Amino acid sequence: MMQQVSSDPLLKVENLVVEYSVGGKTIHAVSDVSLEIARGETLGLVGESGCGKSTLGRAVLQLRQAVSGTVLFDGHDLAAMQGDSLRKMRRRVQLIFQDPIASLNPRRRIGDIVAEPLVISGVKDPNKRKQIVSDVLSAVGLDPALVSGRLPHEFSGGQCQRICIARALVLNPEFIICDEPVSALDVSIRAQILNLLEEMKTRYGLTLLFIAHDLAVVKAVSDRVAVMYLGRLCEVGPSEQLFATPAHPYTALLIEAIPVPDPDIRPTQSIPVGEPPSPIAPPSGCRFRTRCPRADARCASEVPELRMVAPRQFAACHHPLI
Amino acid sequence: MSGVLLSVEDAVVDLPTPRGNLRAVDHVDLAVDAGKTLGIVGESGCGKTMLSRTILQLLPKKAKLSGRVMFDGQDLLKLSPEKLRKLRGRSLAVVFQDPMTSLNPVLTIGTQLIETIQEHLELGLAQARQRSIELLAAVGIPAPEQRLAQYPHQLSGGMRQRVAIAVALSCEPQLLIADEPTTALDVTIQAQILDLLAREQQRRHMAMIIITHDLGVVAGRTDEVAVMYAGRVVERAPTPLLFKQMRMPYTEALLAALPKLDAAPHTPLPAISGRPPDQTRPLKGCSFSPRCRYAAGRCNTEKPSLRAEAPQHFYACFHPIAAGVDA
Repeated sequence: MMQQVSSDPLLKVENLVVEYSVGGKTIHAVSDVSLEIARGETLGLVGESGCGKSTLGRAVLQLRQAVSGTVLFDGHDLAAMQGDSLRKMRRRVQLIFQDPIASLNPRRRIGDIVAEPLVISGVKDPNKRKQIVSDVLSAVGLDPALVSGRLPHEFSGGQCQRICIARALVLNPEFIICDEPVSALDVSIRAQILNLLEEMKTRYGLTLLFIAHDLAVVKAVSDRVAVMYLGRLCEVGPSEQLFATPAHPYTALLIEAIPVPDPDIRPTQSIPVGEPPSPIAPPSGCRFRTRCPRADARCASEVPELRMVAPRQFAACHHPLI
Repeated sequence: MSGVLLSVEDAVVDLPTPRGNLRAVDHVDLAVDAGKTLGIVGESGCGKTMLSRTILQLLPKKAKLSGRVMFDGQDLLKLSPEKLRKLRGRSLAVVFQDPMTSLNPVLTIGTQLIETIQEHLELGLAQARQRSIELLAAVGIPAPEQRLAQYPHQLSGGMRQRVAIAVALSCEPQLLIADEPTTALDVTIQAQILDLLAREQQRRHMAMIIITHDLGVVAGRTDEVAVMYAGRVVERAPTPLLFKQMRMPYTEALLAALPKLDAAPHTPLPAISGRPPDQTRPLKGCSFSPRCRYAAGRCNTEKPSLRAEAPQHFYACFHPIAAGVDA
């Protein structure tokens, strides 16, 4: 069950369960998910809306309380931390959101927005703050002299995402959770931001959890990819291997559903008609079975465990494709 | 059955804004043959939605439009509001990006379908109801009879988009405009909806315009593609030709900027530097020239016109990508 990636992972999530209560009903957002991220690695997390990928990201940061399970960051149990020690730990972990314009306070100037984390973490010398902000704005490709005094509405979506990235980098974190960082951006801008994230990763020695629904985007930046469906992990493996030889039928379906910009590749008509069931009452056994062409009686009665199907590749399926 | 069903001739749309006049659509010519599918591709703000609103005659009140929109032999600009209303929904249907905004949240699915059908076709209530059930079944909605009594919020995003498609198809339109029909949907649902549109288009011999920002969506599913940038059509060609022999540098850059599934992880993407121009401050030269790696000399001072290379291949560029370069 464990996918050991290194002897000393930076992040280790074990048997994490997150549930919400909505109108007296329980939403099983994340069910028994375990994963590891090695230092310097980018783990891509893909899945469709409502599969629990964002909830997982938030639970790692303790922005959502887990029902059970542990989150170990650099060996420390984050759930056991409180107050000052949790705040200190959070400086090492940052978050970048999908909507860059909504994540910036419209009434504050860019220089102040990016300096805010420094103020909170107690960097008292304004000149020092100014220097750090100026360095980080230059790093993300913005001219500090031109942008510092301006307000968010004066910038485009792509530039706002650069500002958000600068704000995430200003405390020199080790780990960044990117939650759909490019899905609100246009194609020509998306490539710029993806390249920037890669550049920043190398420059600042970051470890990334990259959450997205677009497989091609995830593959472009990730060393390993984890696929989620309805709160459970379906498959984890090295990016290229996972895309070349998917073991879980859901991974295969996701890959097949991507529209390819090549007129010679006629779209296949083999996409199953079904939709993901409700996370309020997920199917018994394997949660993908209601849409799976390979499902049988065992899939309904027994939850498939994540097990090794190839070197470093793990799938939770009774009838894997490899 | 062929012949031009819709033609847009020299359409110009100007929108007054606090920052000055914004030319949203800049001298656009397009044509769609009966039964064919045209893809309009471009990034946000390129004018693709304003162009579809021009065709539907649903432009904002303050917009100024010139040019001609000929649909099935009639000039839509000269039709009375009453005649236009009869045409829209009947012969000219539309599916928008967000099905929640095109469906009325306080009316049942059944009411909305039956109302549309009875508005345009001479059918009694029982017949209209029967037709609604058939339509919902055709667009792949399970238990269609029960769905008639449900409200839009009781359905998932994919199911709502199916209902919106059923409403659009209800009067057998000659032309369906799908404006980013799958952008709000998940990938597996997107593939289902695109398949559904393609199937219904073939079955009904309906013409279709798919408006999207995703070159992947138009590649396997359209007969012709028009690429828009800053309000203009900058390249237009039959789909296979466009992908294999693109001449406009913007088309090339747009395709190159897409992450490829067959590329190794951490391959840097050939990004397009800069961003689209401010259309309230039109450039003298080619709108793409500040971001174009081939731009030189007159690109900055003169606007390239859309010219034909092959009979069906048009592009607006002084330095087109060399012919014979196989993509």
